[in-house]
Amino acid sequence: MPMPRDPADLPKHGRRRPRAAHIVGQNIGLILAVTILFLSIVIFAGMFLVQQDRLPGSFEITSTVNNTMPLALAAIGQTIVVLTRGIDLSVGGVIDLTNALAAIFLPGSVLHMIIVSILIIVAGGLAGLVNGLIVGLGRLQPIVVTLATLSIFQGLAIRVLPQPGGSVPTGYTEFLVNTSGPTALLFLGLAALGWMVLRRSRLGVDLFAVGNDEPAAIALGVRAMRTKILAYTIGGMLYAVAGLFLAANATGGDATTGDDYTLTSIVAVVLGGVNLFGGRGSAVGAICGAFITTMIVNILFFAHINPLYQSFYEGLFLVIAVVFGGLIGRLVRRGS
Amino acid sequence: MNSPHAATAESVAVLGAQTVSKAFGGVQALRGASLVLGAGEVHGLVGENGAGKSTLIKVLGGRIAPDSGTVLLDGQPVRLSGPADSTRRGIGTVFQELTLLPWMSVAENLLIGREPRFPLGLIRRGALAGEAEAVLAGLGIHHIDPRALAAEVSLAERQIIEIARVIIRKPRILLLDEPTSSLVEREVEWLFARIRELRSQGTSIVFTSHRWNEITSIADRITIFRNGKEVGTYTAIDETEAITLMTGRRVEAMYPPLPSVPANAPPALAVSDASLGGAATFGFSLAAGEILGIGGLAGQGHRELFTGLFGAPPLKRGTIRVDGKPIRIARPSDAIRAGLGIALVPEDRKGEGLLLPLPVRDNLTLPILGRISTFGVIRGGEEARMSREMISRLKIRTPSAAQPVGTLSGGNQQKVLVGRWLLAESRILLLYDVTRGVDVATKHEICELIARLAQEGKAILFYSSDTEELAHLCHRVLVLRGGRVAAELTPPALTAEAIVSAAIRDADAA
Repeated sequence: MPMPRDPADLPKHGRRRPRAAHIVGQNIGLILAVTILFLSIVIFAGMFLVQQDRLPGSFEITSTVNNTMPLALAAIGQTIVVLTRGIDLSVGGVIDLTNALAAIFLPGSVLHMIIVSILIIVAGGLAGLVNGLIVGLGRLQPIVVTLATLSIFQGLAIRVLPQPGGSVPTGYTEFLVNTSGPTALLFLGLAALGWMVLRRSRLGVDLFAVGNDEPAAIALGVRAMRTKILAYTIGGMLYAVAGLFLAANATGGDATTGDDYTLTSIVAVVLGGVNLFGGRGSAVGAICGAFITTMIVNILFFAHINPLYQSFYEGLFLVIAVVFGGLIGRLVRRGS
Repeated sequence: MNSPHAATAESVAVLGAQTVSKAFGGVQALRGASLVLGAGEVHGLVGENGAGKSTLIKVLGGRIAPDSGTVLLDGQPVRLSGPADSTRRGIGTVFQELTLLPWMSVAENLLIGREPRFPLGLIRRGALAGEAEAVLAGLGIHHIDPRALAAEVSLAERQIIEIARVIIRKPRILLLDEPTSSLVEREVEWLFARIRELRSQGTSIVFTSHRWNEITSIADRITIFRNGKEVGTYTAIDETEAITLMTGRRVEAMYPPLPSVPANAPPALAVSDASLGGAATFGFSLAAGEILGIGGLAGQGHRELFTGLFGAPPLKRGTIRVDGKPIRIARPSDAIRAGLGIALVPEDRKGEGLLLPLPVRDNLTLPILGRISTFGVIRGGEEARMSREMISRLKIRTPSAAQPVGTLSGGNQQKVLVGRWLLAESRILLLYDVTRGVDVATKHEICELIARLAQEGKAILFYSSDTEELAHLCHRVLVLRGGRVAAELTPPALTAEAIVSAAIRDADAA
């Protein structure tokens, strides 16, 4: 229904930017992440073709997906925390702990495995809840709190599983990380779907609002403390799922194998275009970021880079990606 | 005539504060303040900065809990547990500090908490923009793109969105804390049309502003605040009387007499072929001892001009001459060396140029630390002496030079900025909206200070969002429009009306 204009209407002026310009401008981080992922896949496929005389097939795709699952899940959890303008360094500790728990308690009947899996996810959620309560109620800096809990969770993991060992039933491994096909992508699809639901829920709006401007969010009636506590708790549950995938992939447990995920989850989040200052980002971007990280490792392998120098090149690539990403983002914003 | 008004006799009180007190740290913001808001009235709330208006509105809006005293809703005492609680009870508040979420779209901001939803309660993100567009159009707003991020729209537009967000929730009671401080005349008219509409529907409204003409044109009753407490409530009161009550002393003419500019004064600053982004260019020259005003509608590049002259970032194009010599200003240090100083009130008042947690002293002496240091170590005694002198010279109200500058009122923060450039011996001062949101008494002091600085031979480039102030405090005013000088006004043609009409002529067609 057209509204009648009255004299006190404000004048129309200025040209509006087209809708597409808004979509591109507001999702530039995600678009860049998808682009970099695409490029890294093309480069990898090219190198593979040259050296193996064929394109990567089902085996390569499956192992890439299976190897990336824990990082992708951890990165989604990290994204949810980072959106509230927090950061979670305890990722590695929670994965260590849940991985160790899985290796010890999983073997058993199907029902047993389901119950244990759920309990392990609850344990991850409790670990996250501890982070959230200290950060939220204590009004402390997330980086300090989660640095401390990282060590605590690592210590607990060593206590649970002093030496690498334990075992994960084959059926469990085949269910999560089927080696004959990239079925794990289904779980990622579920995670992405979960993200889209979250994005459209009250909690999703609150997460973004708190990360945008906490005092303003509070003035708008958002329960900021509750939102943050939930963010860390959901993060912890996702790290637990990552720990389960890691155990399934390795068919056993190791109380230190998760340590790397603290930093790599942050790398994936950054590559995925999630703003470390909160309030902007997407879990889909973080999933792309996780795959980019894996593709870089694959590319370095095919480039016959000495594994000792691997982290050097990873770091180099990260710096280049961040610098160029920032530049392109600024250009797009200015151009539109 | 100005008789205290007997409120309860003729109107029903819908919202009231009874002897409300609130302290922040050591500062007593409210000392037993009371207010009675009648049904269907527009209640103007005036007072100096720090008089307690904003604190009272925050208490009534549920954002802060009072230390003592009662809030009455429909005559019943209520304890508001938070902004959400107030909203639920039908109290809508536009706080002075904007609460838009910068990286979310205008539509998300406008509709937060009442988004269009699917049957299962999930938000229909695709329908947000369309709904926001319709809602805005219903309020007579057609120029704001609901798909833009809040950070991408102008400050005035953000203020309008903030107001719209509250209005569409159909509050019974509407609290507006300085909603017009960033709006131009036309937007104020829009707001007043909305306020009249709401009043005719029975909404009760509290409205604060530092602009007296706005208060008198919209308020049914006026309550004056001073020192955290009401002085009285009036149905009619003239400005001088009101200012006396607000300040507790009589302020003579608001604007000081202007010192004359020496006839043969050389240009201290000359700008030619300057561009603010578009193809149009302009130029001007500013003599020592002159106050040159820059006027025009918001968004015409005033801010870019001021920051550009200071090299933060530099002007896109243009030649700058200081004392006749062309100089290149690529960054603020170039400008400071050339004798330029800038006082810029950031649009969101969050301290551009001031280091808020640091003491007044450090903020004053920042650019001259090299001069008062021996082998890189600051001579403390000299620093203390210089800052003490500047504090007394500019009448900066602060308990001591060691007070964090962020705890001072807005007007006093402005004085610190001006003082900094006086210490740095700047000869050209770029003063951008230094009196915005500043109370009457402090504004008066700042105006006097500006006139005195001109008399001492400083060249002053002056922008103000208050056209009255431009008309009275400047020797000359250039009105910018579309990147060029649309009019140059000198007395007697220099009036507020002339500035406004030059600023908006053909503005709709542009």
